[in-house]
Amino acid sequence: MTDVTVINEVTTDTGLSREVLMNLGPQHPSTHGVLRLLLQMDGEIIERVEPHIGLLHRGTEKLFESFTYTQIFPLTDRLDYLCPPSNNLGYALAVEALLGIKAPERAQYIRVIMAELSRISGHLLITGALPMDVGAMTSLLYTMRDREMVMDLMEMISGVRMHTSFCRVGGVREDLPEGCAARILEFCDIFAARISDYETLLDNNRIFLARVENIGNITGEDAIALGLSGPNLRASGVDWDIRRDEPYEIYDQLEFEVITRDDGDCYDRWKCRVDEMRESLRMIRQCVRQMPEGDILIDDPKIAFPVDKDLLAHSMETHIHHFELAAYGFKVPKGEVYTAIEAPKGELGYYLISDGSEKPFRLKVRAPSFVNLQALTERTTNIKYLADVIAMLGSLDPVMGEVDK
Amino acid sequence: MAPTELSLAPVLQLYEQRVGIDNTAADMSCLKVPPDDLVELCRHLRDDPLLNFDFLSDICAVDFHPEAPRFLLVYHLFSIRHKWRLRLKCYLGDPAVAPTVTPVWTTANWHEREAFDMYGIKFDGHPDLRRIYMWDGFDGYPMRRDFPLRGYKDDYNPMGVDQPVDWGSG
Repeated sequence: MTDVTVINEVTTDTGLSREVLMNLGPQHPSTHGVLRLLLQMDGEIIERVEPHIGLLHRGTEKLFESFTYTQIFPLTDRLDYLCPPSNNLGYALAVEALLGIKAPERAQYIRVIMAELSRISGHLLITGALPMDVGAMTSLLYTMRDREMVMDLMEMISGVRMHTSFCRVGGVREDLPEGCAARILEFCDIFAARISDYETLLDNNRIFLARVENIGNITGEDAIALGLSGPNLRASGVDWDIRRDEPYEIYDQLEFEVITRDDGDCYDRWKCRVDEMRESLRMIRQCVRQMPEGDILIDDPKIAFPVDKDLLAHSMETHIHHFELAAYGFKVPKGEVYTAIEAPKGELGYYLISDGSEKPFRLKVRAPSFVNLQALTERTTNIKYLADVIAMLGSLDPVMGEVDK
Repeated sequence: MAPTELSLAPVLQLYEQRVGIDNTAADMSCLKVPPDDLVELCRHLRDDPLLNFDFLSDICAVDFHPEAPRFLLVYHLFSIRHKWRLRLKCYLGDPAVAPTVTPVWTTANWHEREAFDMYGIKFDGHPDLRRIYMWDGFDGYPMRRDFPLRGYKDDYNPMGVDQPVDWGSG
């Protein structure tokens, strides 16, 4: 943050005015990863913000083209690394759409439970990190403590805390372990009270409010033109949620409210997420209650491993299919599909073109953070001072893994 | 009264001979449009109250090397009011040049920069057409099908493919 270039010096009535270029990042705690912002400033007043991204670019889309459909799951984990189950889900839906199959109902419930848990985990980070960026250190410690409960649940379900890779084409990897439903419900009870704690801590905190209220307002119209989606769009008063409007999996069987707010400022974007966590809890509770017994993977030996592992020892045919699947993967019929899901950050789209082989011809990820981050460059928002840029960036909640792909 | 189903017949009639329909995919309607009519069509799709495609979800570039036409731009549109989706396809030759749709949707800015960075597709009239992921001075377009997965060999990439390629003025 020390690199300063003076590009213009003007002497005015009030004294010397200096126009400077300053680097913010890429190693800076408030940039939430490796984001570099080039700021053109007149004193402390921001004149231009230019994000330089790509420091975390791993060529995920290039790698997709050389991986089989099953191998791609771990790659999708690393897009929005706060919420891997959502990324898995979106990708699985795209492949399933081309194959013309649907996961069994129980698998769909498990996927939705995990996606909503991960939404809580993603939103928890921003709930604590935005206040931390503007000076309230305590909140992050609280939210990280609670996020640990979600991580424990993820570990219980999938065996790992972060990169779960739990979805498979045609279902999920394993059934929920014994006692998991009770643990999830227990978490819901504890966490519901914690959300109120955050609100008492921050919602009436004058210092926090002064830093985020009426900062970075985006009107609904501008937000749509900018392509914002998810909580960032709903905070600007646009009532659109893919879970409700184009329901996928079992979202049409769940009751939930779509949270919208009116002002579209940093506070609204933060508050929108806090309220969304409550709705997620509601959905998780319903899922646990409604979840039917049954298969967790489709019964198609050419696409999925057999659920009954004993068959491998007895049936030669199962054995052959298992070998083929493990060694070469499965073929997906020629065609193209675009599936969009409501990921925690917004519309997560997968555009898949298949040429009929075991590997995708082209798989494009419409990463919500990538699009949301663009809002920083636009001068339609009322960012005035350097400190406002930090609040704006925090409230947009970009995850660099997804921005850079 | 708001229409309940997307009807593309008026658009096809208005842009007779220029815009065609593509029925290959089942997930949503798809229009094929030549680059020359792209911006006009996009503006029409956004402003016509019966269509109202105000949200540009995504722009995806595809490389069909060695087939011709080599490049394809796929636009995914969404109407927040009507909740329907539409796909636009625009085939491009090599070297690929397409008009920019940033005046229609601001969000196209970074999507087009990405397509330029990864595929070398030029967007006429783009306000700020620079590389977005790769650094300035990077040679080549990584997502093209003739670009090796491991990249080309240099000091930082000893495992790369050992073959220099002339990328032209691109």
